[in-house]
Amino acid sequence: MSALLAIDMPYWLQTILRVLGGTVAVLLPAGTIVYVFLFKMMSFMQSRLGPMEAGPYGSLQLFAEVGKWLQKEDLYPDRADKFIFKIAPIVVLTSTFLLVAVVPFGPDAWFTNFEAGVFYALAVSSVSVLGILIAGWASANKYSLLGGLRAAGQLIAYELPMVLAVIGVVIQAGSMNFQEIVMAQNAGEIFGWNGIGNPYILTQMVGFIIFMIAVQAELTQTPFDMPIAESELVSGYMTEYSGFRFLMFFIGEFATAGVFSLIAAALFLGGWGIPFAWFGWDSMDSIDNWMNIVGPLIMFTKMMVLSGIIMWVRFSYPRFREDQLQKFAWKVLIPVSLLNIMATAILKVAF
Amino acid sequence: MSEFLRSYQTVIWFGVVAVLLASLLLGLASLVRPVKPNREKQLAYESGVDPVGDGWVQSQIRYYVFALLFVIFDVEAVFIFPWATQLERYAGFGLVEMGIFVFVLLLGLVYAWRKGVLRWI
Repeated sequence: MSALLAIDMPYWLQTILRVLGGTVAVLLPAGTIVYVFLFKMMSFMQSRLGPMEAGPYGSLQLFAEVGKWLQKEDLYPDRADKFIFKIAPIVVLTSTFLLVAVVPFGPDAWFTNFEAGVFYALAVSSVSVLGILIAGWASANKYSLLGGLRAAGQLIAYELPMVLAVIGVVIQAGSMNFQEIVMAQNAGEIFGWNGIGNPYILTQMVGFIIFMIAVQAELTQTPFDMPIAESELVSGYMTEYSGFRFLMFFIGEFATAGVFSLIAAALFLGGWGIPFAWFGWDSMDSIDNWMNIVGPLIMFTKMMVLSGIIMWVRFSYPRFREDQLQKFAWKVLIPVSLLNIMATAILKVAF
Repeated sequence: MSEFLRSYQTVIWFGVVAVLLASLLLGLASLVRPVKPNREKQLAYESGVDPVGDGWVQSQIRYYVFALLFVIFDVEAVFIFPWATQLERYAGFGLVEMGIFVFVLLLGLVYAWRKGVLRWI
């Protein structure tokens, strides 16, 4: 295990640092996305100011919100399946933590360095579906049950385009390890010119668009928010949740948006790296140590750009109908992503 | 312990910390929140009127065929991933092999499409 910041640390210290880093990597993007996009950008798009009272420009609004939610009574329906009802938000939050564990933030600043990192990310990302499904089931409420079933149908439909879109990247990088994918992008060259590396968004534009659409659906953000449609299902699987358990769903939703943006940044935008040719690096060992500090900042910037796009789409479009959603996934996205795989493979073999 | 197992140990720690964090915050909330349950509060929410019948209603799951298709395509994806990492080595041979594989599965999708199960039935 390589040393972080050129200091040799025992395993337990590394683990503590990683766990703390992981907690920051979940909560910081969630808080930033909620404040910058949900509170402020949405307000400006709707010609209002948003929260202005708590702190400068309402920047402490989040802390006020958390304080408020902490004081809410923890209600549950009489007939609910209480144990499952109570653990469902924890399952959703846990899946976010497990998902962030695979994101690389620098040459040595990673949490886990799996050979099959992409596989792991795709597998863990579907755990939150279980949390949503059991939340909908356990509430003993018609709205929640319908919301949970819709969520299950939607998430299995959009899981596939996401998995198939990532395969294009795996073909190009020849690896499922996130670090190697980042390396391949930053050390790559476009027709012999290595000035900006080879971020896969250029060669995998189709895959990137499919991936972002699938992420939008996996996060149940508008225009794919039928599972939580406020106007028909009254927040779907979250109808019966109140107080802090509701807040955990809320944090989970935006933290997952941040983590998916981080994963998309690592897969398509070059991750933590800057084009290696700028500094004459050619392998993992030759990278200077300060990249461990700069890398997380680069990742954070790319995360903000991508989650900004997710939120921008969310605030701009109306909701699909349920059958349009299924039709779009099965008749457009899956055939296109299969063709994308074959086209990428042919070009890879040809060049 | 090998690097490989240590990575999985880190994953387990992440899961433990998530559960601990959630429990900690819920414990904190239980100290400051009021507990005054009554019958009205514990009714299931149904647009403000008393709920009718059971919450676990039966509804038609319209996309069960999609679920079957999902299993097929997910297994396909599992097969494609190892091939994708080794494409450099297999080159043309691997390309033709996977072309046939993907073509057969696409035929399955086209069949389901023609049979009309990709509609809202």
